[in-house]
Amino acid sequence: MDSTQPKSTTAAGPASAAAETVPPAATGGMTQATAVKKSAPKSDYKPADVSPQRRVQRSFAVRLWSIRHSRLLEWFYARFADAFLMLHPLWKGIGYGRVEAPVKFIEKRVKGFMFDCRMCGQCVLSSTGMSCPMNCPKQLRNGPCGGVRANGNCEVEPDMPCVWVKAWEGSRQMVKGDAILNVQKPVDQSLRETSAWLRVTAQAAAAREAAKSGNAA
Amino acid sequence: MTPARPPQRDENPAGIHLPLEPLPGHTSRGRLERVLRRGEFAVTTELNPPDSADPEDVYNRARIFDGWVDAINAVDASGANCHMSSVGICALLTRMGYAPIMQIACRDKNRIAIQGDVLGGAAMGVANMLCLTGDGVQAGDQPGAKPVFDLDSSSLLETIRIMRDNGKFLSGRKLTTPPQLFLGAAVNPFAPPYDFRPIHLGKKIAAGAQFVQTQYCFDVPMFKTFMNKARDLGHLEKIFLLVGVGPLASAKTAKWIRSNVPGIHIPDAVIKRLEGAQDQKAEGKKLCIDIINEVKEIPGVSGVHVMAYRQEEYVAEIVDESGVLKGRQPWKREVRADDRLVAERLDRILNENITETQVDMVKTAH
Repeated sequence: MDSTQPKSTTAAGPASAAAETVPPAATGGMTQATAVKKSAPKSDYKPADVSPQRRVQRSFAVRLWSIRHSRLLEWFYARFADAFLMLHPLWKGIGYGRVEAPVKFIEKRVKGFMFDCRMCGQCVLSSTGMSCPMNCPKQLRNGPCGGVRANGNCEVEPDMPCVWVKAWEGSRQMVKGDAILNVQKPVDQSLRETSAWLRVTAQAAAAREAAKSGNAA
Repeated sequence: MTPARPPQRDENPAGIHLPLEPLPGHTSRGRLERVLRRGEFAVTTELNPPDSADPEDVYNRARIFDGWVDAINAVDASGANCHMSSVGICALLTRMGYAPIMQIACRDKNRIAIQGDVLGGAAMGVANMLCLTGDGVQAGDQPGAKPVFDLDSSSLLETIRIMRDNGKFLSGRKLTTPPQLFLGAAVNPFAPPYDFRPIHLGKKIAAGAQFVQTQYCFDVPMFKTFMNKARDLGHLEKIFLLVGVGPLASAKTAKWIRSNVPGIHIPDAVIKRLEGAQDQKAEGKKLCIDIINEVKEIPGVSGVHVMAYRQEEYVAEIVDESGVLKGRQPWKREVRADDRLVAERLDRILNENITETQVDMVKTAH
């Protein structure tokens, strides 16, 4: 090392007592990414999977079943949303704030079981062929990235089918499958861990009332 | 005195680093949009970003493209490997009069940082921006980094389009001077879901894409299928499409790319052709030229994007030998008129054996 270079940024020596653990520079035909992987400390515990998105999911069986039956779920959700909207006076009577906790509890478990829901709070399942886009390691909401493997699997998680390959398949079976063509707005991160069901219901009720008062006027 | 050189086409006479006169129907004041809208076959390339804080590294890497390309992509930590930032490269390139395409990847920055960079880049004279999702951090040399992915490529396109056309941030706050930009996107016709890819292109056009660069094309029949579908959907009239091409250094490299870089599709025929060649590097270059000659005939192709990673010196040869420019010379960086005058004077004083008095010097200077 150049002798004019200061050894450390602190006057009293290295800020941390631990030895510096910078991986060695790549040599020959090796890329730095490979060098980093190779120099990682050996351990008996090697975690499964690559991305945290994948690690919180179970096997894909239920999720893939939901996508295969996207048409049925689309039909069911339309009825369910109507029923939820009919109950709007009840929600309003109790107070949306008070029903939030129990509704969210159920929503999280039901959608978590069916779709591996990540509670983004702004559900777009009906526009994505019943394949939750938040399960994509890049959380893409507008279509696949360019890295999809030739077998249709994810570039980050080689054993996981690409969320968007499945979304396209699912959307082809749905009556309103062309909703996949809509450009989705960026995720509002401030709505995470909130109930999409209650939000949609409250908005639909507000729209219905606005239409009613518009007709009356 | 030598007369000042006439300004080149697509150059601001007041200075090479200044934006061009706005033209009707153009959203940017850059060279690339002018070339494409004139209907000329455009050539773009990629600058290998230096791992250095020395501006000369950027200038030297840009110089080898002089007079052969219309725009240079400034990559944003491609492959999730850390290099000089695309904003920094663009700042240096615009100073020298080059036309950079600023790549923005959603992996590293949230919407606050991205909108700020868009304004900063546009203020420095960047006229073209390419909106990408970006590789996952797991692919790069710092897999422990936090992946951001706050926006995705389509919502990023829409965000910049709103800034440009409505003069507003995503929040609705007004911009006093909106950026004037030519917006680009990337498409990969060579990865599943194949039926969705042309439709996905339409989605990016709806979000604001005006030009598109594709992933490496090694499979022309597959690309033709994509183009036919996109043409039937009416997408090709709305965008300028630049086909990604590049030389493969050897059959070994091709095999490595095929198994290690997701999203690049290399058919067996290509690998066989490289393996059968005496000089694999020369064959890789020839293959690239053959592909250019094949794709340039496909209706709807407006240009090529030559990606020659670590073989940048071949870009000029590939462009020259394929003849895609048809004799046209893209903008070339030249010595400034006053610099040249000084150089000539100095040359004369040093090499010609004449003794001038100061009075003579003043006389000849006027």
